[in-house]
Amino acid sequence: MVTSVTSFGRSGLSDWLVQRVTAIVMALYVLFVAAFLLATPDLGYSQWAALHKSLPMRMFSLLTMISIAAHAWIGMWCVLTDYITVRMIGPKATAIRIFFQLGMISMTLLYLLWAIDILWGI
Amino acid sequence: MLNVSIYRYNPEVDAEPFMQDFEFDAQGKDLMVLDVLEKLKVEDPSLVFRRSCREGVCGSDGVNISGKNGLACITPLSEAVKGNKLVIRPLPGLPVIRDLVIDMAQFYAQYEKIQPYMINNSPAPAIERLQSPEERAKLDGLYECILCACCSTACPSFWWNPEKFIGPSGLLQAYRFLADSRDTATEERLSKLDDPFSVFRCHGIMNCVQVCPKGLNPTKAIGHIRNMLIRSAT
Amino acid sequence: MANIRTMSFDAVIVGGGGSGMRAALQLAQSGYKTAVITKVFPTRSHTVSAQGGITCAIASDDPNDQWQWHMYDTIKGSDYIGDQEAIEYMCQTGPEAIFELEHMGLPFSRTKEGRIYQRPFGGQSKDFGVGGQAARTCAAADRTGHALLHTLYQGNLKNKTVFLNEWFAVDIVKNADGAVVGVVAINIESGESVYVKSKATVFATGGAGRIYASTTNAHICTGDGVGMALRAGFPVQDIEMWQFHPTGIHGAGTLVTEGCRGEGGYLINKDGERFMERYAPNAKDLAGRDVVARSMVLEILEGRGCGPDGDHVYLKLDHLGEEALNAKLPGILELSRTFAHADPVKEPIPVVPTCHYMMGGIPTNVDGQALTVDREGNDQVIEGFYACGEAACVSVHGANRLGGNSLLDLVVFGRASGIFIEKQLREGISLKDATDEDIQRAMVNLNRVNQSVDGENASVLRAELQSIMQNYFGVFRRGDYMKLGVEKLDKLRVRVENVYLDDKSNGFNTARIEALELLNLFETAYATAIAAEGRTESRGAHAREDFQDRDDENWLCHSIYFPGSKEIGKRPVNFTLKTREPFEPKIRTY
Repeated sequence: MVTSVTSFGRSGLSDWLVQRVTAIVMALYVLFVAAFLLATPDLGYSQWAALHKSLPMRMFSLLTMISIAAHAWIGMWCVLTDYITVRMIGPKATAIRIFFQLGMISMTLLYLLWAIDILWGI
Repeated sequence: MLNVSIYRYNPEVDAEPFMQDFEFDAQGKDLMVLDVLEKLKVEDPSLVFRRSCREGVCGSDGVNISGKNGLACITPLSEAVKGNKLVIRPLPGLPVIRDLVIDMAQFYAQYEKIQPYMINNSPAPAIERLQSPEERAKLDGLYECILCACCSTACPSFWWNPEKFIGPSGLLQAYRFLADSRDTATEERLSKLDDPFSVFRCHGIMNCVQVCPKGLNPTKAIGHIRNMLIRSAT
Repeated sequence: MANIRTMSFDAVIVGGGGSGMRAALQLAQSGYKTAVITKVFPTRSHTVSAQGGITCAIASDDPNDQWQWHMYDTIKGSDYIGDQEAIEYMCQTGPEAIFELEHMGLPFSRTKEGRIYQRPFGGQSKDFGVGGQAARTCAAADRTGHALLHTLYQGNLKNKTVFLNEWFAVDIVKNADGAVVGVVAINIESGESVYVKSKATVFATGGAGRIYASTTNAHICTGDGVGMALRAGFPVQDIEMWQFHPTGIHGAGTLVTEGCRGEGGYLINKDGERFMERYAPNAKDLAGRDVVARSMVLEILEGRGCGPDGDHVYLKLDHLGEEALNAKLPGILELSRTFAHADPVKEPIPVVPTCHYMMGGIPTNVDGQALTVDREGNDQVIEGFYACGEAACVSVHGANRLGGNSLLDLVVFGRASGIFIEKQLREGISLKDATDEDIQRAMVNLNRVNQSVDGENASVLRAELQSIMQNYFGVFRRGDYMKLGVEKLDKLRVRVENVYLDDKSNGFNTARIEALELLNLFETAYATAIAAEGRTESRGAHAREDFQDRDDENWLCHSIYFPGSKEIGKRPVNFTLKTREPFEPKIRTY
């Protein structure tokens, strides 16, 4: 069994499951927003702000943001462990990979906090 | 005349690998690619490749034929030749020892990792352990693997992480033992597979299914393993 | 000075096929330091090609089946020159050996009761030949050899056997007493030569079908063990006995299992006639392999062959139905479509008798100890030397092997050798160390090939050898032809011994291996030729036009070929059974 300290859930199965569940959440969010836009032909700022001020919508948006963060973390981690490896780019790979992984994780968390700030700042 | 282009590399002599062209007269026959290699070796005995059974059951002569992994002995020219040209390279992704011969140590190491043997510590009966035809049928499409490495060396995930990702061949065998009603180590086997690499580097690309010379389906077996993991972990 | 590295083991097994891995498994389980030298990765060994099954009285198909009936069939099948003591041991121990394999995980096909599926094969009977056809061949679809070989490899992985994969044994190292104390072997990948020292050296090197131009055997079946034994001065037994399998695919030589006929397929000539009804009214297509192969050749010679050249017959399977064929013979469908361009579901497979199995080999006793015969005609054990599987002649097959008995031979005698060597190791084996000169002697051939400056390439000489054997020592044999064949071989010997290796590089030089294999092929072929010419009778697979009858007065015995004098002698057949009166020779009909 291969251990992985920078992976999202530390377990392949949990990462795999999270990847699927978050994909569904994101898909639902896209569908909902698309449906809302279609159902509201003369959309203005007030309606758009009202939607996003409601608590259920805030929760839904937050859930989606968390999903995007988790999904990106798992996906980016896969890409980095595929290509930034000793096999692919030589002995410095581990240091470079850790740098990118920590950078990716920091950015993801930062975006998430920023999204929360926007959502509750409306 | 058929143009046959073969990957050559003898580290004792060659600074780097090169493609060597041969002219070959198949005399209108639909020979197997291995027949072509054998005949070319008569002309140039320094050409090196593995072969044994010449009927597709021993798994020695996996090579990359005009871009697709397969067994030289059961791939006819009619399938392999494109525009009067036949290109033969070693299987990709593993180190080349010489010409078409690759170092398969990493491939075998992944096979050994899945404990490819029956585990059942209950006392054996005086006769065979009974198994119904239905239970036995679950092993069809699994036990036939010949360890030729065509699948694993066609798999990008295996190219990138051959030390960590078990690869389609090893996973097919892992499921062969998980699916066997006589094996009792299911939990132990599953617990060794639940990391982000061993199984889950399979992204369902399905190159393995496309190239398997025995018509087996490792992707499906991997799906079964995943389902078993979900069942045991939730 | 032999300046090569030495590796030491308690036991070394040369050959990673069925018998070698079964012996290795036994020894690895016992904890002795065991290594398997194998010129191909173990699962590439020729055992993998065995299809139909492994014959053994496990009483699944018929709960009343008895191993004694199997013993009777085997003795009759051998045309009475199989050693009865060995056959008794094999048939009696067989079920235990099969169940061990099943417990190891071998994926046998199953009956409704959950037991191992058994199918009928040629030469099988109930109640000592009077109870009709038996179904005694345990099968894993038509991939039994593959399933067996992989299971054994897996068992060896579990028990941590040391494998020297892609190492080629060159020659036997003998000490001052003439005992075997290991082999010189080449690591193919690096080209390094190593003295592999051992207290027990087991030859499980398989057959040598590649002495013939048309064979079901893999490219690797080059008689390496027989060649090495002969060069070391040890004799071989019954080496004239070569089985021609009735159903090799015409042109390609690939095997089509006897299980096809066991499942109800049959042979037809160009008139569509099921001709085996004429030659073997009772057993028909399931007569002994020698009988069926000869009948097919007679049909072809008498102008009833199929195809534009009338040079083969057809194996008809389509009447069995697609579903049954898919379930029971899936590998055959694949092979036929690939190599015969015929889909057995719709059309018959063109087949022709093809060299398949070497009944002869290194003579051994039931414990796998290799034997030689002294001047007084007494058996002498060769210290340190053992053989099992196709390379050995123990002899359970005599003049004709029954289908499904080869896999049983492999596991039973691989196991027996392992058990016996373990016992000997426990009691202590002390053999004199080899001197540098002893090791050097085992490197003479290798050095000669490595230093060759002129001569012909191995592939040219090999093709010539195969064509001589095919033409002069095939299914039917004739004294004057064989004399001519021996003369040709004598001339070829000079050229073979002067084989030229152009590419002298070290790493993975398969041309070097093929040159060394040629030496083994030649020794095996030459012994075959002398023994075939010498046995002036027809028995089992050895059919002579100039001596058409079995001659029990003079030839109810093993032939034994001595490489020093290049002559054959006789060795008595064992007619002792522990459990009952021996079976006396009878006229053999099916």
